[in-house]
Amino acid sequence: MSDELDMRDKAAWDAAEKVADYEHGWSSDIETDFAPKGLTEDTVRFISAKKNEPEWMLEWRLKAFALWKTMTPPDWAKLNVPPIDYQDAYYYAEPKAKPKLGSLDEVDPEILRIYEKLGIPIAEQEVLAGVEGARRVAVDAVFDSVSVATTFRAELERAGVIFRSISEAIKEYPELVKKWLGKIVPMHDNYFATLNCAVFSDGTFVYIPEGVRCPMELSTYFRINAENTGQFERTLIIADKGSYVSYLEGCTAPMRDENQLHAAVVELVALDDAEIKYSTVQNWYPGDAEGKGGIYNFVTKRALCQGRNSKVSWTQVETGSAVTWKYPSCVLNGENSVGEFYSVAVTNNYQQADTGTKMIHNGKGSRSTIVSKGISAGHSNNTYRGLVRVAPNAEGVRNFTQCDSLLLGSLSGAHTVPYIEVRNPSAQIEHEATTSKISDDQMFYAMARGLNAEEAVALIVNGFAKEVLQQLPMEFAVEAQKLLGISLEGSVG
Amino acid sequence: MLQITNLHANVGDKPILKGLTLSLKAGEIHAIMGPNGAGKSTLGYVLSGRPGYEVTEGSVTFNGNDLLDLEPHERAAAGLFLGFQYPVEIPGVSNVQFLREALNAQRKNRGEAPLSGAEFLKVAREQAGALGMDMDMLKRPVNVGFSGGEKKRNEMVQMGIINPALAILDETDSGLDIDALRTVGDGINRIMRKPGKAVLLITHYQRLLDYVKPDFVHVLADGRITRTGGAELALELERDGYKELAA
Ligand SMILES: Nc1ncnc2c1ncn2[C@@H]1O[C@H](COP(=O)(O)OP(=O)(O)O)[C@@H](O)[C@H]1O
Ligand SMILES: [Mg+2]
Repeated sequence: MSDELDMRDKAAWDAAEKVADYEHGWSSDIETDFAPKGLTEDTVRFISAKKNEPEWMLEWRLKAFALWKTMTPPDWAKLNVPPIDYQDAYYYAEPKAKPKLGSLDEVDPEILRIYEKLGIPIAEQEVLAGVEGARRVAVDAVFDSVSVATTFRAELERAGVIFRSISEAIKEYPELVKKWLGKIVPMHDNYFATLNCAVFSDGTFVYIPEGVRCPMELSTYFRINAENTGQFERTLIIADKGSYVSYLEGCTAPMRDENQLHAAVVELVALDDAEIKYSTVQNWYPGDAEGKGGIYNFVTKRALCQGRNSKVSWTQVETGSAVTWKYPSCVLNGENSVGEFYSVAVTNNYQQADTGTKMIHNGKGSRSTIVSKGISAGHSNNTYRGLVRVAPNAEGVRNFTQCDSLLLGSLSGAHTVPYIEVRNPSAQIEHEATTSKISDDQMFYAMARGLNAEEAVALIVNGFAKEVLQQLPMEFAVEAQKLLGISLEGSVG
Repeated sequence: MLQITNLHANVGDKPILKGLTLSLKAGEIHAIMGPNGAGKSTLGYVLSGRPGYEVTEGSVTFNGNDLLDLEPHERAAAGLFLGFQYPVEIPGVSNVQFLREALNAQRKNRGEAPLSGAEFLKVAREQAGALGMDMDMLKRPVNVGFSGGEKKRNEMVQMGIINPALAILDETDSGLDIDALRTVGDGINRIMRKPGKAVLLITHYQRLLDYVKPDFVHVLADGRITRTGGAELALELERDGYKELAA
């Protein structure tokens, strides 16, 4: 085995050793790989210690935890979420503590069928499904992609781009992290964001220096140690003056995950003339056809377009999760800054999604575009909730919003809740909304040309979502198209 | 090739086809004429398996196999093509994408390898060119914003690309100007006047039959074939109307 590989193995298993330096709390539990069930101040201390964090980070977490205890979950969304027992969950687990399966034969055949449809190689299927020994297989089989990642990392470093796990960044670039962490989504922002501040497991940190166009699309897939960032992911991306970066988040393959609650926070900041393109494909387990199980996804994503002419573009394809609560937003402080939100949200069976965006226009001449495509099937509920706000001294603001809903069957619901707060008379705000059904005529036309019912639905739905899908980077777009079809399986009789 | 025997069909609860019998052999072109509401479009829908069109009696075989047993997409894969009286718009889906997926779905159904993007584009270009449709229109969303005539022309481009064994063309000639009529007529002859193929041409007007010479002309009235003749029957109908014949 090469030295390089030895080093990587070492890095992967380092965390355990670091615990030896641990001084606070559960000294008797020091050997365990996961924090005991429940959420107390000790849990927060344990996580911070496991990550060998500096004191300031621990203090920040503790402050968030104290705040969180005084808060209550939001209840304004059109979601029906059973009460969550926060004491009946684990908040930190090492990767190896995940339950393992003996082989792919033990994996839910439904999940395997979807892997097949997406064309995922066997070795990767094993990793995704958490099969015993797949770690090894993974290291061997994806060794190429690991070395690709290393090559990429070198190239990024040459360009001056910093691409790290947030845990690494806290230690290596504390000043940069301190400057922006919690500045875009404040600690007290909302119940789930505050919880994330206290217990975030890991996530991504990106810094693009002044004038640099990031030489490649960044994705967690290429980040070493990307595994098991967990249920409380934290992302911070800083685009310095005149820089550009495109970031891909998520995975089209359904990932096995024991954690029901996910509460991520993503913070983006773009300085003068900088641009960030952030694309997400979210495909967490949606629960079964009867609505049992499934991930609750409560995400806070916000971008600060701080500089003049800065631009942030959010593109999301949301097909998974039992419950989605998510409003990627832009605070447009910079003069002539631009915010964009392109979204496709699919709900089927008993899924619920309440998603949308906020465009806060504080800068003169700032512009925003919102294109939301909601597709509801089965007994599901799909809500677009959006806010466009124009501050009193923001002259010449423009916004265009288009919200289209597509219904399949007669039992699903589509709702559009736009809030518009304009305090400057020069603003031009346009809002268009449509609700339609897949017509029998369209279905039969496509079937008469040779497509079966599911293929016909997938085709029509992809056409409906096209304006959003075409915002995605090419390889993501193709997979996202397949995913839309798969998500709607069983929705036509 | 196509044998329709004593076909009865309901739309909703309403009987529309009431004992229709018709036989098409390979190499033949049959025209069907008849008054509005006679059941001509219904016949096309029933033959291509549209949901909601329920066969209550009778049988249809296509190349010896029970056609009514197949799903619409299986009928397409078996070689049946319906040219729609009112072609449907599919926003956001380009003609090219629609037809490539449709054709490859048919090929998959028949156990044939899919056409690559390049192979498909070559065929699509040829067919569009032959029907005087420019490539830009092939890239536009299916029928969205097309004029009535463009939609009909597009149906013929689709037929050319799919290259079916049996085409049922439902009033493909209505809404066409004189030049377009000639182009479409030439297209039907070029694509379908071949050994082993057959056409069921639903029309109201003699003028298409000037370009596409039918071997037989049938009158469909009140859900049945009430009269059958040669090409000359169409001229007679044009002169006397359907009333004379309906009796
Ligand atoms: N979806 C439907 N529901 C009820 N009646 C229908 C429907 N479609 C067609 N019909 C009726 O069936 C009859 C035949 O229609 P059609 O086949 O379209 O006639 P043609 O094409 O010969 O003009 C008409 O009386 C029409 O009103
Ligand atoms: Mg008709």
